[in-house]
Amino acid sequence: MVPEINKLTVRQAVDGIRAGAFSSVELTRAVLAATAKHAALNAYIWLDAADALHQAGAADAARQAGQAGALLGVPLAIKDVLNVAGQPCTCGSKILKGYTSLYDATAIARLRAAGAIFVGRTNMDEFAMGSTTENSAYGPTRNPAAPDHVAGGSSGGSAAAVAGGLALAALGSDTGGSVRQPASFCGCVGLKPSYGRVSRYGLVSYASSLDQIGPLARTVSDAALLLGVMAGRDAMDATTLDKSVPDFAAALQGDLRGMRLGMPREYFVDGMNPEVAAAVKAAIARCQELGAEIVEVSLPHTKYAVATYYILAAAEASANLARFDGVRYGFRAAAGDSPIEMYKKTRAEGFGSEVQRRIILGTYVLSSGYYDAYYLRAQKVRTLIRRDFDAAFTQCDALLTPVTPAPAYRLGETMDDPLHMYLGDIFTVTANLAGICGLSVPCGRTRVGLPVGLQVLGPAFGEEKIIRVGAAFERSGGAVP
Amino acid sequence: MASANQTIDVAYVANLARLELNAAACAQFQRQIATIVEYVRQIGELNLDGIEPTSHGQPVYNVYREDVERPSLPHDPVLANAPTRLDDEFKVPRIVE
Amino acid sequence: MNYVPSIGLEVHVQLRTRTKMFCGCSTAYGASPNTQVCPVCLGYPGAMPVMNAEAIHQTVVSGLMLGCEIGTFSKFDRKSYFYPDMPKNYQITQYDKPLCLGGGVAIVVNGAARTIRLTRIHLEEDVGKSTHHAACSGVDFNRAGVPLMEIVTEPDLASADEAMAFLLALKQTLLYAGVSDCNLEEGNLRCDVNVSVRPAGQEKLGTKVEIKNMNTFKGVHAALLYEIDRQSALLAGGGRVVQQTRRWEPDSGETFPMRSKEDAHDYRYFPEPDLLPVVLDRAQIEAWRAGLPERPADRRTRLVQSYGIPVYDAGVLTADRAVADFFETAATRCGNGKAVSNWIMTDVLRLLGERNCTLAQCALTPETLADLIALVDRRTINLPTAKGLLPELFETGGNPALLVTARGLGQMGDADEISRLVDQTLEANPRIVQDFLGGKQAAAQALVGQVMKLSRGKADPQLASKLVAEKLAARKG
Repeated sequence: MVPEINKLTVRQAVDGIRAGAFSSVELTRAVLAATAKHAALNAYIWLDAADALHQAGAADAARQAGQAGALLGVPLAIKDVLNVAGQPCTCGSKILKGYTSLYDATAIARLRAAGAIFVGRTNMDEFAMGSTTENSAYGPTRNPAAPDHVAGGSSGGSAAAVAGGLALAALGSDTGGSVRQPASFCGCVGLKPSYGRVSRYGLVSYASSLDQIGPLARTVSDAALLLGVMAGRDAMDATTLDKSVPDFAAALQGDLRGMRLGMPREYFVDGMNPEVAAAVKAAIARCQELGAEIVEVSLPHTKYAVATYYILAAAEASANLARFDGVRYGFRAAAGDSPIEMYKKTRAEGFGSEVQRRIILGTYVLSSGYYDAYYLRAQKVRTLIRRDFDAAFTQCDALLTPVTPAPAYRLGETMDDPLHMYLGDIFTVTANLAGICGLSVPCGRTRVGLPVGLQVLGPAFGEEKIIRVGAAFERSGGAVP
Repeated sequence: MASANQTIDVAYVANLARLELNAAACAQFQRQIATIVEYVRQIGELNLDGIEPTSHGQPVYNVYREDVERPSLPHDPVLANAPTRLDDEFKVPRIVE
Repeated sequence: MNYVPSIGLEVHVQLRTRTKMFCGCSTAYGASPNTQVCPVCLGYPGAMPVMNAEAIHQTVVSGLMLGCEIGTFSKFDRKSYFYPDMPKNYQITQYDKPLCLGGGVAIVVNGAARTIRLTRIHLEEDVGKSTHHAACSGVDFNRAGVPLMEIVTEPDLASADEAMAFLLALKQTLLYAGVSDCNLEEGNLRCDVNVSVRPAGQEKLGTKVEIKNMNTFKGVHAALLYEIDRQSALLAGGGRVVQQTRRWEPDSGETFPMRSKEDAHDYRYFPEPDLLPVVLDRAQIEAWRAGLPERPADRRTRLVQSYGIPVYDAGVLTADRAVADFFETAATRCGNGKAVSNWIMTDVLRLLGERNCTLAQCALTPETLADLIALVDRRTINLPTAKGLLPELFETGGNPALLVTARGLGQMGDADEISRLVDQTLEANPRIVQDFLGGKQAAAQALVGQVMKLSRGKADPQLASKLVAEKLAARKG
């Protein structure tokens, strides 16, 4: 067996399987061995080795029968928020205990049709609410680069799995940075597509107008490959757009000459971790060396983004999470003499405290007498934030920013201060509010070895641009030493 | 109807959201969420006259499906997912109208 | 003191689509519990709604039939409240941008014509159905997600009779529009009633009470009579009406406060992010308007003008669109509208009543009835023969001309032949002839009856009458 095949890129693995260098079963065994060895990372919530090997065997048989899907035999890790028929889907919550998915999410169905196999389900902040993967009913995920630090969140399990060799690539979901931020904390690539690019059908909703499914991978090229398979209009999700899916592989080849890249003034502020600031600025300098023209731009409403995000996301979540009531699936509390009692006990026992906080906040901002002051205002500020980006993209092709103001937190560091944790999302929530696309690429490490990410933001349905920038940066040597 | 200057009444809102909170949890949430409410209230300082609200991820319209039947889910797994069932129905505590 | 009621209705109408509002599950009634469900209508984690285009179309058609303004920008919202029959614990409905605004329904009560104003028509999804047992309830979600059109009136109705007349007129229009089966037994039409009373002469409306979930028109009528009395008596006794939601108990004939609605007033509406707004352009709306079926009142007028039938007949025939369609097909085919109208009003409707079925369920087609009438008009058979054939055609169908030939029912129209029968009859009944000659005019009819009998019903009755009269006159000399 080839050593460490679990650390190959997706493209290398596909080539290796096609060439007969190793089988999908061998590759999957290597991945399973790594998950066993690194169980302490707590990257996976659920994993069925026998089922994974069964899928891999089927993929090998399909290959021998002459089939050649773009991802044939590649083991992927799936965030526990996406429905995979026959598997559990807990969203990191006790309230979905006992629920078995009866259908595939559209993104999963498309990956399955391309030959991918689904090894297991990765840990996450409960219902994707959090930035550390500590708000999980299944314990926190540790950062492979520094096990006493968090993996980021909410797709922390997926990021840790990819960075630690526990999967070749993974899916996450990004509502306010939940793909890009853990990718940057763990040192892998994370891509949030434009809103409407990838079907959300089968993604358990947190905030429906902000959620997108995105790939986490070891290279920009792998992320582009997964995106290409998943993207495109879906009849089951009315919010997917009827736009043709470009050839992302072609975008991987482009260089930066002739590109104008913007540095938003508001994303380089005092109080940022200096090592993060230095790594990102060095990466921007590299892009300039590679031929890009760097221009300064302004996104004046950035300071309102976190407040806007938390109002809108909490409001939508308060309705989206109302369906978890103990009637049709999942957990039900033992006592409860009336439906109301049953709901109250089930939801109080089934949801963790961060989820309860956001449900209460969201219920409040929609409740009688407060809608105009909070929800409606936030929707209007969202319009302003969207306009900021429209204006910026008239001056440049893409934006270069840090992903977060600081590298990965120590475990437990933000647990008692929700607002502090929310403020860490300042550079990522804007892309979700504006519906645009964003990419997180590793661009360095702090002295103690914590990864730092460079964020590339592109206009809505401009994924080729951010892929082109990310791939060119990666090709030039990637993370700045 | 309360004015927007008052802060959140967690006990009232938790009842609307069907969350049972004990006194300690209620007090803790009251403190934490009041802080968050205080923070998000900063959007009140913007002049938003004439600005249209954005309620969707992208500005598109008129996406429909045709009135064509698709298969429903098989009966048994649907009821197997239920915490409790009553023959072919989902069982709940008695509803009083 | 005299108290004046003000009544407003919220009528929920299940549309006639094949599939549910937001998913492809069947809307067929009567399936076994929880077999017409999918991730979308069960509110499964991750499932998403997609609008049924036909439901939008049917709602707009209803609005156009009822004279509403059609909103060019319309959207869906989430209305949050927890209830076991509601899968997502929010209902997708339309809050501030409904598909239709305004409009009205004309009613006539005790000879007085009025138009009841509509506030709006919006589209939403139905909820599941619960059954109650001693210690628990069971929920069936087959109905959850069926498209439901809510028609809201202004508080224009002033009596239980007016409410009844409104519901009948509305049902008629919806049946004409073809947007609902309006089958009350299957719950296609359900109604929430808002009612208040105020002292006569007072301008301001009284405190309103809502009675929820009425599913028969009789129930609405009875509940209104009860509630108007209850509220009037309360006020007359110096009490006041409390704003609340009540439920009608048909067995005891009373209304009771509903416990489950006590704290359900903070619905936290917000725009449904999973569904995009509906933007209808003028051309689309006009195209739908051009394709509208005729309204009942317009059809009444046209039937009078085109087929020369009395206004009363036109009213009876157009009460039910299916009957009016039947009439027009038959009248056009045989060219004798008046006869078709008579046949339908005296015979066909009676048979439908006796057999308790609808036109669609019986074997009689408009073509068959037209052909039967044509045989009479061409004097191939006489009227009694035709009437004798109708029950059979109603039960089992068939071709009237073939039946007549096969059974030899053709009318005897030959004057010589009938003349011989008349002679025989006069010979055989000298006493009746004597009666006639003695001045008893009615005796002539008895003789015609005998001629008909002799011909086994086949003689042309007019010709027989004429010949009897001639021959009697000859004897009178």
